[in-house]
Amino acid sequence: MKPAAANSPYRLPPPLWSARCKACWFTTAVLLLVVASFWSLDLQWGQFLSLEAARSMGRFLGEFFPPDTSPEFLRRVAIGTWETLAMSAFGTLLAAVGGLLLALPASRQHEADAARARTPTRLLLNALRSIPELVWAGLLLIAAGLGPFAGTLALAMHTTGVLGRLFAEAIENAPPGPGAALRVQGVGTVRVFLYATLPQVLPQLMSYTLYRWENNIRAAAVLGVVGAGGLGQLLAFHMGLFHMGKTATILGAMLLLVALVDALSHGARRWMTR
Amino acid sequence: MAVALPPPARDPAWIGRVFWIGAGLVLLWPLMVATEFRPWIFLARDNLKVTGQFLGSFLPPAHAPDFLAMVARESWRTVAIATAGMTLALVLAVPLTLLSTRVLSVSALSGRMARGPFWLRQALRWLLIVLRSVPELVWALVFVRVVGLGPTAGVLAIALTYGGMLGKVYGEILESGETHATAALLRNGSSRLQAFAYGLLPQNAAELTSYTVYRWECAIRSSVVLGFVGAGGLGQQLDNSMKMFNGGEVLTMLAVFVALVALADRVSAGLRKALG
Repeated sequence: MKPAAANSPYRLPPPLWSARCKACWFTTAVLLLVVASFWSLDLQWGQFLSLEAARSMGRFLGEFFPPDTSPEFLRRVAIGTWETLAMSAFGTLLAAVGGLLLALPASRQHEADAARARTPTRLLLNALRSIPELVWAGLLLIAAGLGPFAGTLALAMHTTGVLGRLFAEAIENAPPGPGAALRVQGVGTVRVFLYATLPQVLPQLMSYTLYRWENNIRAAAVLGVVGAGGLGQLLAFHMGLFHMGKTATILGAMLLLVALVDALSHGARRWMTR
Repeated sequence: MAVALPPPARDPAWIGRVFWIGAGLVLLWPLMVATEFRPWIFLARDNLKVTGQFLGSFLPPAHAPDFLAMVARESWRTVAIATAGMTLALVLAVPLTLLSTRVLSVSALSGRMARGPFWLRQALRWLLIVLRSVPELVWALVFVRVVGLGPTAGVLAIALTYGGMLGKVYGEILESGETHATAALLRNGSSRLQAFAYGLLPQNAAELTSYTVYRWECAIRSSVVLGFVGAGGLGQQLDNSMKMFNGGEVLTMLAVFVALVALADRVSAGLRKALG
């Protein structure tokens, strides 16, 4: 009989690439995608990394200073900031209403509910959701004209898609007990929703809406670049005319707004989860 | 004996509800003024005509072979801009994460972190915050000025914004996990890079990869949007067609875009599920 080895033989490390290794395929695919991307894009690194570009970048950044702080211009920036805030708030509100209205046909309220509209409504919600705010703004500008109205509607369109889906899932996941209790008493669908389902899911709907509002403030700040009002419109206008001092002020206001919203939402979340 | 009360015929809380609805409407008024909320302008005669013509031109969607070839090429460019941008973002984010994460601090093993490393880490954190709080669209506007129209501006914009986002979230992932293995390695004299490669990375690799894949999906979405300020790809063509009121082309490109996003969504969800 052959004596057993005193210690088990060393196993060789796995081969670097084997056809059965999923991670290897994944890594290979990623590498190929990256190489193909860099190869197919005509990136002008020479132009970007040249001394000439560095100098023009430096000049460009230098022109930002001093930022324009004349009271008259600051007032316009303040109006733009308010407009951005109003667009985001009102757009989110419209989206919450629209999302709730679409979430009802998009969800199965109880076991016996046939929910025939569920699939088409979900398709509609997906379409609304997968077109970004900026593209909606570009489309709506044609119908609504330049200004914050188009931006508000654009935010509302995209956010309706997002919130509608989240709301529908919240409604479907609500505990069925209270609704069933009302239903066996012969209460109609609308009142079952209003008095049993809605009170249960309302906190969740509120928190989704607030979270989207936070996102929308950011989106509203840049929406104006295509002409849909708010700070972005001021930014695109003054950058187009090479008013660099004014651009710097607007960028500062934008950063301040975003930082403020971040800090507020961070604080609020910490306060609520404490 | 308890007497069964008749069910209330009216909502018992109606006064409160009516009051809060009224208060909400009063608060809504300034918002409606500021956003110039005038839905009836949709119904104005000439507006209705323009919109009708535009919507009418949506059908049939454009399907000329050379147009479809152009759309396919631009879709690939959109994906390529997102991928190249993500690669550069990783190049930016990984060193910044390694430098700024608290877990790899040697001096923090015994009490408080020394002052120098603490401020270095804090400064890098602020840099990451600045990078990600400038929206990528604004970065793109700036770079279009410097390098001209084309994909370079889009790639750079995605690289900077996403570099900041990835750096911050990577740091959070590394710090939120179990750090005993890393600390043990560092205590026994391994270098920081060794401690990262053998302690921190194996524990968090799945989560880090999954977040990166998710961000790649987001980058595809934003690379379309960047096209609107002239950074190439599907967005730029979409913007051109919209300005020319060419509804058929707009419809085709919107459909391609929705399909592209859905595909990226599917791929990313599948990969993240496989990673567990």
